[in-house]
Amino acid sequence: MTRYLLPLAAFALLAVVLGVGVRHSKDKGVVASPLIGRPAPQFTLPDLLVAGAPFDSRRMHGRWHALNVWGTWCVECRAEHEVLVAARQAGGLPIVGLNWRDDEAEARRWLAQLGNPYEAVPVDAEGRIAIDYGVYGAPETFLIDPAGVIVHKQIGPLTAEIWERDFLRRAARGKDGS
Amino acid sequence: MRRHAVLLALAGMCAGPAFAIDTTQLPNPALQARYEALTHELRCMQCQNQSIADSPVSLAADLRREVAEQLAAGRSDDDVREYMAARYGDFILFRPRMSARTAWLWSLPGLLLIGGAIVAWRIVRQRAALAANDPDFNGDELDR
Repeated sequence: MTRYLLPLAAFALLAVVLGVGVRHSKDKGVVASPLIGRPAPQFTLPDLLVAGAPFDSRRMHGRWHALNVWGTWCVECRAEHEVLVAARQAGGLPIVGLNWRDDEAEARRWLAQLGNPYEAVPVDAEGRIAIDYGVYGAPETFLIDPAGVIVHKQIGPLTAEIWERDFLRRAARGKDGS
Repeated sequence: MRRHAVLLALAGMCAGPAFAIDTTQLPNPALQARYEALTHELRCMQCQNQSIADSPVSLAADLRREVAEQLAAGRSDDDVREYMAARYGDFILFRPRMSARTAWLWSLPGLLLIGGAIVAWRIVRQRAALAANDPDFNGDELDR
């Protein structure tokens, strides 16, 4: 009897370990960011829509806001765009749109055609700021608090529900708390 | 005929490096060697089973540029690893660093080896005891 107990126990242990592994990797594409709870990297970049007046991220200090990473080459960004436009119309949370490795003319055309949900559109042509934010696939959206700390990161396109639950409510709770 | 096919396949494998994605050249061979080693141990986050050295996506190119610039600026290999892990998490490192969270990962093979050795030792001792206590046992059986 004990002959079989040890292999059985080993098998059960292995099954549990693998089971937990499978359960927790249901979405392998999403990697937790080490930047949550850390100060958002500061940057100054040219603004897509305002010539000669670069966007300085410190301009957003003191306000809850979202930083959305997008590009016209990004298919899922198109699906997400109408959610962002609706979010701006509803007010609530200003959105900064970091234009990542994009063609500027294409980006301007995109905003003219589909609507501009952004308060500012810093242009990260070389992708250096995206690296500082640990961006690995657009769209990604960061929620940043008034102290400039990253509170939450959404990887993949926003939906109305995600925007409401993970962004607006968190910001509202933060405002009540302070 | 088959031999030719095998040779052709082998030749194809040798030709691989000629189409390397990365053509970066750093000013001196030592730096170049460190650059190549580092880019091979950093994960491409978009195509997660490739290193940034092997990946054609633009983010991998950006990260290679970052590695090259930092090495050229005199930073150490660990500085570069730290820089990457601070932004993308330990997941970007193909060789996980020793930390409280990864201690079990590093110690597990050793523990398994010790566990296996103990089990094997006990089985051997049990068998030896069985054989010694068996009145029918004679040395010939060992030859079977």
